[in-house]
Amino acid sequence: MAARAMWKAVIQCGKLRVPVKLYSAIEDRNIRFRVLNRKDTQPVRQAMVNPETGDIVPHDETRRAYVGENGDRTILETSEIAALEPEPSRDIDIVAFLPTDQIDHRWYDRPYFLGPDGNSATYFAFVEAIEASALEGLARWVMRGKAYRGALRLHQGYPVLMSLRHADEVVAVENLEAPGGAALNPKELDMARQLIGMLAAELDLTDYHDAYRERVLELVDAKAKGGRRLKLVKPSTKKPSDDLSRALQASLKAVRKRA
Amino acid sequence: MAEEEPTEETETLKPFWSGVVTFGLVGVPVSLFPATRGTTLRLRMVDAQGSFLERRFFGADDDNVLAADDLVRGYEVEKDRFVIVEDDELEALDPEKSREIELAQFVALHALSPLYFERAYFLVPDGSTTKAYRLLAETLAQEERAGIATFVMRGKEYLCAIIAERGILRAETLRFADEVRSPEAIGLPPRVATDATAVAQFAKAIKGLQAKTLDRAELEDDRSARIVELAEKKLKSGTDVVPASADAEEIEESSTNVVDLMAVLKERLQGKLRARAAPAGRAAKPGAARADELEGKSKAALYEMAQSMAVPGRSAMSKAELIEALMDHKP
Repeated sequence: MAARAMWKAVIQCGKLRVPVKLYSAIEDRNIRFRVLNRKDTQPVRQAMVNPETGDIVPHDETRRAYVGENGDRTILETSEIAALEPEPSRDIDIVAFLPTDQIDHRWYDRPYFLGPDGNSATYFAFVEAIEASALEGLARWVMRGKAYRGALRLHQGYPVLMSLRHADEVVAVENLEAPGGAALNPKELDMARQLIGMLAAELDLTDYHDAYRERVLELVDAKAKGGRRLKLVKPSTKKPSDDLSRALQASLKAVRKRA
Repeated sequence: MAEEEPTEETETLKPFWSGVVTFGLVGVPVSLFPATRGTTLRLRMVDAQGSFLERRFFGADDDNVLAADDLVRGYEVEKDRFVIVEDDELEALDPEKSREIELAQFVALHALSPLYFERAYFLVPDGSTTKAYRLLAETLAQEERAGIATFVMRGKEYLCAIIAERGILRAETLRFADEVRSPEAIGLPPRVATDATAVAQFAKAIKGLQAKTLDRAELEDDRSARIVELAEKKLKSGTDVVPASADAEEIEESSTNVVDLMAVLKERLQGKLRARAAPAGRAAKPGAARADELEGKSKAALYEMAQSMAVPGRSAMSKAELIEALMDHKP
């Protein structure tokens, strides 16, 4: 069944316009849990409370406060914050076209497919031009009151808008120092390389399934039917061997045998 | 608005997961810490008078606050009927995968499609030595490969790619194949013939927008910057400002934990926590480590430390001066 578009927009590429529809590229399959009160197994109510007085503060009486370095709080009215929100717009502005190695996985947030809204000849002309350029676009848009940055690239021949994280949301690996220690043993390095080479494979993500999700649902089902509590197995804590060389040798032997 | 609700990862500095990454029979004991975090702007929810508010949970039909122990996870099996699911039950569903990330396949790095990336975590070494950790990082980097595995973290199974970057291992959780839609499934139309002139026009427009590198400024959080600007303006003019509470604990609580994540990562990558547990461990530059540690604390926390150590002149000191003064005091 075809998916429903979540938003309609117009790509602004220089002076050219491409009307598009936006679709989530993701289907959420997470199991939804609720927070319950243990005593009556019913969902709890949540409220914001002044911990000093114990009073519940209704949502429309709450404010946001910015806390300065010395602890001073500046109260921001809801209307003041709302006035800072971006103007609604239907435009997806392309700011630049970049080589595809410029925006990498650490910035990726959520992917959206873009489909044509109306004239698909214009849409596919745009797709063909991106394909030929071997570049990706950096885009800006405002969707449902929120400003987004994204990478516009092709996936299986169709444009995907990948929303990106803000700079300060990503812990820069450049600011971290890798673990140090004595130089690695070249022989061990070589064995590790061989081992990884033997376990090298073509990526096929359909090889992997979330079997755990099924087990959680089975557990829930068994408990709902009044089944007994599952026998708990204490997770084994295998202590990894400290003798790297021996572990590597044994691994290589085991993999060769399997092959 | 999400930022005023502290998310789990900023609330706690405990690792998200601890266990062993294995390849072949080699085990690398690690802990996982998030590599991404919420925005650094943290607005606190307050009442009209500026008192900090906290989230509380109540039973359905009484006004008694529930303690953490009274809260359980539940699944709705039919309308208004719930089944409790305990943490240990979830762990027992797959104890192996709750403790082990078994890298069974190593795939080419470039084969990982962007659509699959979900979230990133840093792996910090946990064992008595970092040798196996460094061996795996070095080999993955040389071979330009990622190790693929599934594992269970906090009651959910994750598919992940273990990638080495600058000698640091990271786990990128990936979406399962059935979580990513295809163009066909969405119902995108098949390609149609295009007009060569139209394609050429787009090609020209693309060329006009071409740039060599990503301008990081494009990824700045403008909204947060605007809010900070507004708040600073009001602070300066004294509009709607509630002075800092005398309760230092409250100030400490309100300070951002973002720096702390960085400090914890820095320490754990160097095995600092281990060194502390076993005093025999190497302590190459204790001074530098101490400065780092202090740097990671909020000014209010530093002030409190200075107070407990009776550092003279502390009330007039800047954050940098507090750090300097505390450096002279043994913890």
